Amino acid sequence: MTTTKTKKPTVVEKKLISLADIVIQAAERSKDPTLQIPIRALSNVAFNEKKGLIEMGSKKQERSFFNVGMAKRFMQTVLVADALSELQRADLTTSLREIYYRTKHTIKDSHENTFDAQDESDPVIEDLEVSLAALREELHVSAENRGSIVGPVIFGDDGDRVDCSKLGKGGYSVPSIVEPEYLEIRRCTADFVLLVEKGTQWNRLSEDKFWRRYNCILLTGNGQPPRGVRRLACRLHEEHRLPVYVLVDNDPWGYYIYSVIKQGSINLAFESERMAIPKAKFVGLSSADPENYELPRNVGIKLNDKDIARAKELLNYQWFKKPTWQAEIKRMLASGLKYELDALANKDFQFLTKKYLPKKLQERDWLD
Amino acid sequence: MAKQNASDSQARTKSPVTPPTPEPAAPKKTAAKQAERVTAVEMGARQREISVSEFFTKNRHLLGFDNPRKALLTCVKEAVDNALDACEEAGILPDVTVNLEVATSGGPVAASQANRFRVTVTDNGPGIVRQQIPRIFAKLLYGSKFHRLRMSRGQQGIGISAAGMYGQLTTGKPVKIISRISPKAAAHFFEVQIDTKKNEPLVHENKQIDWEQPRGTQVTLEVEGKYQKGRASVDEWLEQTSIANPHVKLIYRTPEGETKEYPRTYHELPPQPREIKPHPYGIEFGMLLKMLQDTKSHTVSGFLSEDFCRVSPQLADEICKAAKVQSSANPRDLKGPVAETLYKSLQETKIMAPPTNCISPIGEKAILSGLYKQIKGEFYTAVSRPPAVYRGNPFIIEAGLAYGNRPQDQNKRQQPTMPKAEGEGEEEDSELARVIRYANRVPLLYQQSACSTFKAVLSTTWKNYGLTQSRGALPGGPMVIFVHMASVWVPFTSESKEAIADYDEIQKEITLALRECGRRLGLFVRRRERAASEFRRRNIFELYIEEVVEACNRLKGGKLPKEKLKEQLQKIASTRTGGQKTDHALGKTGAGPEGLPHSIIVTAEGIEGETALATQIEADQATAVPTAEPHLQEEKQANVVPASKRKVATPSPSEPSSKKVKTTPGGKSSKPTKTTAPRKPK
Repeated sequence: MTTTKTKKPTVVEKKLISLADIVIQAAERSKDPTLQIPIRALSNVAFNEKKGLIEMGSKKQERSFFNVGMAKRFMQTVLVADALSELQRADLTTSLREIYYRTKHTIKDSHENTFDAQDESDPVIEDLEVSLAALREELHVSAENRGSIVGPVIFGDDGDRVDCSKLGKGGYSVPSIVEPEYLEIRRCTADFVLLVEKGTQWNRLSEDKFWRRYNCILLTGNGQPPRGVRRLACRLHEEHRLPVYVLVDNDPWGYYIYSVIKQGSINLAFESERMAIPKAKFVGLSSADPENYELPRNVGIKLNDKDIARAKELLNYQWFKKPTWQAEIKRMLASGLKYELDALANKDFQFLTKKYLPKKLQERDWLD
Repeated sequence: MAKQNASDSQARTKSPVTPPTPEPAAPKKTAAKQAERVTAVEMGARQREISVSEFFTKNRHLLGFDNPRKALLTCVKEAVDNALDACEEAGILPDVTVNLEVATSGGPVAASQANRFRVTVTDNGPGIVRQQIPRIFAKLLYGSKFHRLRMSRGQQGIGISAAGMYGQLTTGKPVKIISRISPKAAAHFFEVQIDTKKNEPLVHENKQIDWEQPRGTQVTLEVEGKYQKGRASVDEWLEQTSIANPHVKLIYRTPEGETKEYPRTYHELPPQPREIKPHPYGIEFGMLLKMLQDTKSHTVSGFLSEDFCRVSPQLADEICKAAKVQSSANPRDLKGPVAETLYKSLQETKIMAPPTNCISPIGEKAILSGLYKQIKGEFYTAVSRPPAVYRGNPFIIEAGLAYGNRPQDQNKRQQPTMPKAEGEGEEEDSELARVIRYANRVPLLYQQSACSTFKAVLSTTWKNYGLTQSRGALPGGPMVIFVHMASVWVPFTSESKEAIADYDEIQKEITLALRECGRRLGLFVRRRERAASEFRRRNIFELYIEEVVEACNRLKGGKLPKEKLKEQLQKIASTRTGGQKTDHALGKTGAGPEGLPHSIIVTAEGIEGETALATQIEADQATAVPTAEPHLQEEKQANVVPASKRKVATPSPSEPSSKKVKTTPGGKSSKPTKTTAPRKPK
C-alpha cells in the first residue's frame, strides 16, 4: 500500500507540472499558452456496442490564455493544478470543496475573486482529470461519502476489518475512494448485488434483513450513485463475479441511473472502463409493473414536461435502442404516469421485501 | 355657471320653517305649495359681481397654493420670475438673492417644523416707478405681460399679487417692497395689501428710506408654508432655475441658515425677445370680433395687415375678396355671419408662419454651461431645435442631457472595500433618469406625468441609444434629461403653470430634440463601451498573468525566473489587445472631442468638446471672477462642429451680437485678437 502511494503521485505530479511547462514554452515562443481538454459532452461520446460501454471520443477543446472568454478558466486551471500538486507533495486527500477554498483568493489590485463559487472549481478538476488522464483518486480528491452497503462482505479499511453483515441496519458508509489500495475486499460470500436508487428503500430492505434471506449485498447511492458506490459495485462484479441488479424509480431519471451504472455516464465517459457494469440488470420499477403488481393508478404521478422531454432524449440514446427498452420507455410515456418505489407501500409496508423482489428474482423478470 | 350653482344651493338650503319674505311680484305662488320658488327678481337681488381677488381667495389651488409646501415654493417662484423678467427686459445680468426665514412667533423653531416663513427676494433690476408699486404687487391681473405676445416667464400678471394675497390671507401681513430705479433716485418703501372686494391695492406705508443697493427691487412676503427639502422643494426649484439660467447669479439663504451660491457661468444675456402681433391662425372667432372693435384702422384690409403678423396689404385684399367683404369697409361694422366668413377665410388662406425672432432660446452653449455647472456627469450635450409653430404661436424646443458619473466618482465607487464573499455580487444599479422641465426658463416641478415633455421622454426609445429602459418607464442610468419650451405663449394645462399641454407639434419637436441628444449619447456610450471592453480585456490578462505566473512558479517548485515569464506574457497580451488602437480609444493619446457637436465629455484626463465653456466654469468657480469671452467660444464651436448646419439655419435668436457684450455690467470686453466673426461652417 505504502509503496504504491509514494510511486503514483510522482507520475501525477509530473503531469501537473507539465501544465506549467506548456505556459513557459508558449511564452518563450510568444505563443498563446493553450491546453487541450477532451470534451465531456454527448457530442464526444460513442457507445461501444461490443463492450457495452460509453466511450469518450477524441474531440478536444482548446483552452487558451489570451482569449477573453477563456482567460479566467485558464488561470483557474493553473491554480487548481497548483493546489493538486501541493496535495501530491503533502500526500493528503481532500474534498472538492476544500480545493475550492484553497484556491480562492482575491486577485491582487482588484476586487475580483479567483473563484466565486464551487461550481467554478469542480469542472476544472474534472477537466484536469480528463486531460491528464489521471483519476480523481490519483489526484487525491474525494467526494462526500454518499452511499451505504450492507451484506455478507468483509472489507479492510485502513487496517480495520469491516464486516458488513455485522453493522446492524445502518451498514457501512461507502468511502469516496474505493481503489484496492484504499479499500480491500477480504471476503465476499454473497450471490449478487442489489443496487437501490433510494436510501429509504434500502433502509426497508436492510431492516427486513432481505440480504440475509437472499444472500446478497445491498448497496445504495442515495440518488445518482457517486463514483465510490459505482466503483465498488464494479469491483464486486469483476473481482467476485457477482451479478448486479438495479432497483430504481419508474421515471426517466431512474432509467438514466440504471444506464449510468451499466454503460457509464456522458460526463465521466473516460472512466467507463473502470466504473461501468455492462452486465447489470434492471429489475424495476418497470412501466409494466403497475399492471403486473396491480398498483392502483392513483399512486402514480403525472409526467411533467421535463420528464417527457427527458424520456424522449433517452429514446434517442444509442444504449437505449434495444427493442425491449424502447417498449419500456414508450409504455411509460403512453401511460403518462411515473411511479416511485415508495408507492409499493400502498399494497403493504413490506410488499417490496416480501412480494415484489422475490417474485421478480424468481421469475427473472428484468431488463438487460 | 358659478352663479347658477350658488343660487341653486341657496334655494335648496332654504328651510320651510322660515317663512320667505313676501314677494310683491309673485302672482303664480300658490298657498298649497310647500317648496318655495325663488323668483327672478329675488335671484337678481343676490346676483352680483365677483372680483378676481375674491375668486382666487376661494380657489387658491388654481394658482399653486394648494398646500403649505407648494405655496411656499409658489411665492419664491413668483418673486424670482418677476425679478428675472425685469432684469432681462432692462438688459441687466441678474443678481438675485433669495432669503427664506422662519417667521413663527414665539421661541425659535426648526425650519422643518415651522409653519410661517418670510420670503425676501432682492434683485439688481431696473426697479419700479413709485406710482406703479401698489398696483403691481396688490392688484390681480395687472401687469405688462398679458397684452403682448412676447416671451417672458410671467404671462398673466397674477403671480406676485396672488402670492401677496396668499400671505395676507394666511398671516395678515402686508407685502413689503423696497424699490430704487437709479443710484440718484431715492429708495421707496411700501407696505401694501389687496382690497379683495374691489381688487384694488391698499397702501399701508409709503416712505423714502436709505437702501444700500444702487438699483433694484426687494419684495418681502410673510406666508404660511412648510419647508421640506427633496422633490419639488424650493431648493430644487432654485437649483433647476440656475441650470436653465446660467447667466443669473443666485444666492439662496435657506431657513436652516445655509447659504447656497449659484455662480454666473454664462456671461451673456439671452437675446431680447421681440414682441409680435398675433398670427391669424392663433386666434379664435371671439377674439377676432374683439379685435375688430378695438382696432385703430379704418378699413378691413388695414386692420388685417396692421393688427396681425405675416399679413401683407395684398394678402389682406385677397382675404377680403375670398370672404366677400369690401376691403375698404369699416372693421367696426363687421358683425355676425360676415365676420364669421372673414374668420373662415382667414383660417383657410395660406399665411406664412409667424416670425420666430420673438423667442429667445437658452442656447446650446448656455444649456451645456448650466448642466455642467450643476450636475456632475461625464457626458453633456444640448440641442436647440429650429423654431416651430403651434396654433399660430411660435415656439422653440431645447433639450439637453447630462449623463454618467465623473471619473473621480467612478474611481471612488470601484475602490474595493473588502474581498467579496461567495454570493456577494455587484449591486444592481437601478437608478432611473431624472427629467427636468422648463417653460420659458422656469422649472416645472409638479404634474410631471401630465406634461408633454415627460410623455415625449417616455415615448423615446432610449434602448436605441445604449440605455436600458423598461416598458413605459424612464430610461435607466445616472442621467438628467433637460427639456425646455420657449414660446410667446406656453400652453399650460392649468393656471398654476405646472405642465405643458400636449399639442402634436410640440410633442413632435420635443421628440426630435430628444432623439438628437440620444443619438449623441448613444455614440458616446458605445464608444465608451468599446474602449472599456478593450480595457477590460487587457485588464483581465494583466490581472491573470500575475496569478498564472505565481502558480507556475509553485508548480515548478519555486525555481522559475518569474519576471521573465511575466514580461513575455505581458508582451503577448499587449499585441493581442490592439496595442495603440486601444490606447487611442481609451483617450490616452488625447484625441479630439469625438466629433460630437455641442457636447462636453469629462474623462479622467480632462474635458473634451466645448472645453472653453467648461474650463471657464471651472475657472469661475475657482476664482469667482467672471471673464466673458463669448466670441472665443463661438469661434471654437464653429471649428469643432462642422456638422451643425442646423445651428446656422436657426433664425437670428441665438446670433451672437456684440451689442449684448456691451450691456454686460462692468463692461468686460472680449480680447481684441479673438473678436473675429464666427466662422461659417462649410
